[in-house]
Amino acid sequence: MTTWAARLENPISARLRSPAASGYAGIFVGAFAAFLAIPPLQARAVYWSIFVGLIAAILGVWTVSRGRRRLGWGAVAAGLLGIGLGILATRSSVGNLNAVFDATLIAQSLGFATPLVFAAVGGIFSERSGVVNIGLEGMMLMGAFWGLYGADKGGGWVVGLLVAAAAGGLLALVYAFFAIHLRSDQIVGGTAVNFLALGITGYFFVQLYHNSPVQNGTPTVPNVNFLSGSHFFGAAIGGLSILTWAGFALLIVAYLVLFKTAIGLRIRACGEHPRAADTVGINVYAIRYVCVVLSGILAALGGIYLSLGPQGNGTFQFNMTAGKGFIALAAVIFGNWRPAGAFGAALLFGFSTALALRLQVYSPQASTLFAALPYLLTLIAVAGVIGRTEAPAADGKPYVRQ
Amino acid sequence: MTDSAPAPPPQEPAEAETLAARFAVKQRAGGIAVPIVTLILAFLMAGAVVAATQHSVHKALLAYRDIFNGAGLNWIFHPTTNIQVLASYNLSQTLLQTSTLILTGLAVAFAFRAGMFNIGGQGQYFLGIIVANWVGVSFATMSTTPHILLAVVAATLAGAAWAGIAGVLKATVGAHEVISTIMLNWIAIYLASWLFGDGGPLQNSTDPFTPVSDTIAKSAQLPVFWGTQGFQGLDIGIFIALGALVVFWVLLNRTTLGYEVKAVGFNPEAAAYGGISVKKNLIRAMAISGAFAGLAGAVDMLGYLYHYGQADVPFSNVGFLGIAVALLGRNTAVGTLLGALLFGGLLFGTTHGLNSGSVIQPELAGNLTYIVVGLVILFVGADVLVLYVWNTPRRLLRRRAKAAASTAELPA
Repeated sequence: MTTWAARLENPISARLRSPAASGYAGIFVGAFAAFLAIPPLQARAVYWSIFVGLIAAILGVWTVSRGRRRLGWGAVAAGLLGIGLGILATRSSVGNLNAVFDATLIAQSLGFATPLVFAAVGGIFSERSGVVNIGLEGMMLMGAFWGLYGADKGGGWVVGLLVAAAAGGLLALVYAFFAIHLRSDQIVGGTAVNFLALGITGYFFVQLYHNSPVQNGTPTVPNVNFLSGSHFFGAAIGGLSILTWAGFALLIVAYLVLFKTAIGLRIRACGEHPRAADTVGINVYAIRYVCVVLSGILAALGGIYLSLGPQGNGTFQFNMTAGKGFIALAAVIFGNWRPAGAFGAALLFGFSTALALRLQVYSPQASTLFAALPYLLTLIAVAGVIGRTEAPAADGKPYVRQ
Repeated sequence: MTDSAPAPPPQEPAEAETLAARFAVKQRAGGIAVPIVTLILAFLMAGAVVAATQHSVHKALLAYRDIFNGAGLNWIFHPTTNIQVLASYNLSQTLLQTSTLILTGLAVAFAFRAGMFNIGGQGQYFLGIIVANWVGVSFATMSTTPHILLAVVAATLAGAAWAGIAGVLKATVGAHEVISTIMLNWIAIYLASWLFGDGGPLQNSTDPFTPVSDTIAKSAQLPVFWGTQGFQGLDIGIFIALGALVVFWVLLNRTTLGYEVKAVGFNPEAAAYGGISVKKNLIRAMAISGAFAGLAGAVDMLGYLYHYGQADVPFSNVGFLGIAVALLGRNTAVGTLLGALLFGGLLFGTTHGLNSGSVIQPELAGNLTYIVVGLVILFVGADVLVLYVWNTPRRLLRRRAKAAASTAELPA
């Protein structure tokens, strides 16, 4: 981590000349090559993208020649990808392009990213304290179902939030007992939690709602409507769910708690070196219990967005999380166990989900196949970043008190 | 108290590093105890869920009786080869499920032995289904044996390749196999939905409004030996599955490959120090693991499914059940066989035995299976708890004996 002192010794002009700077610039320029060909810029001549993409590739090669091989090749790939996407975009019709890329794409991306943000922040807390939480998926599912139940029977979405948090927290408590006290393998235990949540939510969905997906009149989580009107910002961020804004706030709070407070330091100590933490009087078990339960609560709040948010709108479906807990887990890794990084990854996955939905205008028949895009992207992302990220040292290792 | 045996030092088993090593420690500690206690606990708790939600303990017992009969296990009271008898028909269906679960269980078990957790069996199974269907529908002019062989081999290789992706990612860049196999599952699910769906490349050629594949050619269908061909009779797939069990055992216990895979599973550093290539074995183990799941898809497609619909995709769960089968069977060949029998019975028994709706709603059944699977995996992983439960009677006896001894020694 660059400290402030190191940054002072390393002035901005020097950092701009470093190989890392040219590498990141190359990736950025490569993305710009694709961006040129889509609205609002929408250059229709193909050589704009090719020209800008080549600049990115040259920056990449230059970076490679100065020693940052991985980053450099990444910039070369970004440039070539930018050229390819640019060519594709100029080949497709203006009407289709405008249907895919409009301001609501931003709103949808943020919407699809919201459940991932909540679950990923939960995952960060759990893993920073030293417990891998593969069960995020199941805890989200619990939140989605029991949140709906709470809102339906309790008569308000706030009740739904509370019930969801309780359900997710309870499942997380069970998992915490197995992972911390019984020291069972955390990957196996988390998988068990996912199956358990799948069975429990499915069972009670039949028992209480007879498998019918739509509950008429269920209170849903409201949207924050401002900047009304048809201009760009109104469409992009003027109608987001309260939960989406809460997610932004959560990211900031999580960052401050984890990295700027004594509690955060204790949490991280438990994840890096539990023995040392124990020696200075930190109750490792207590910290881990709190963090795992917190991760369950946050994952459940992410899950409630699926059922009571603008996209779910008061519906539940069997296994409706569909791997989102695992995508959130990938976002944790991709984001290097930090809230800001996880947010970037969540945005990327949210964007790809929204994009996949819109690509239907090109081929309705292949729309099922496009739906695999976020999962493919997660696979590539997990494969691409490993080695540059560093997990907490004691992540996933049970601690034995002495 | 004269009883002055020194208190035994607190025993703390050394924390073994890898998944496989941890499980090996547990295997020695638990033996057969952990699976048995696990099952009892899981069935008790799932029964409690039924009893609580139906407000009747009696109904929970009835549900278990119906599952038992639905699985055809009451066949043992009146054994007969006559398939017209309901019990023997049910048993044949249970065995049909068992053959699939043996193979998906082996997929999980083999990767486990190499220290990896392959939860992508479902996706690898779909690849097997897809390729077996494609080969079975095409090449309709081939004669039976080569056609079946071609379909089986192609589907097995497809499963191996699909899992191999996760293996390569693990070996080269260190991507965790749990995340990559889950993602590959979802990609396979959407791939299968697209292929078999409306306008998809594998959709049937006669009815463009039905999202179902073509039926495979007669020459690619596995022979049926109990029941009727075309009516889910028991096919020779079960012998393929039993053969795969033998292959699994021989591969792990009698070959260099198996030795290397197990060594990597126990302790990668030590294996590397001993000259074993960790990367090569991770990829190899994952590919072999996927081959078992791909073979499961082939056996299902060629054995009794013959065609596949888009609507079948989200309801298939044999790949996931394989996890519970392998973990309950402690990742051994014999254990996997027993686990597959149990879950095959549970799978068919819950979907079939409860479908009259007289005891509980039939839609509850599948979810009950997931609850049992979840509990089984949870308890198998927590041997500390399970052994505590197992030793409770003995501990109580000892405490009582001790109490009796101490009261006897008290001065009158």
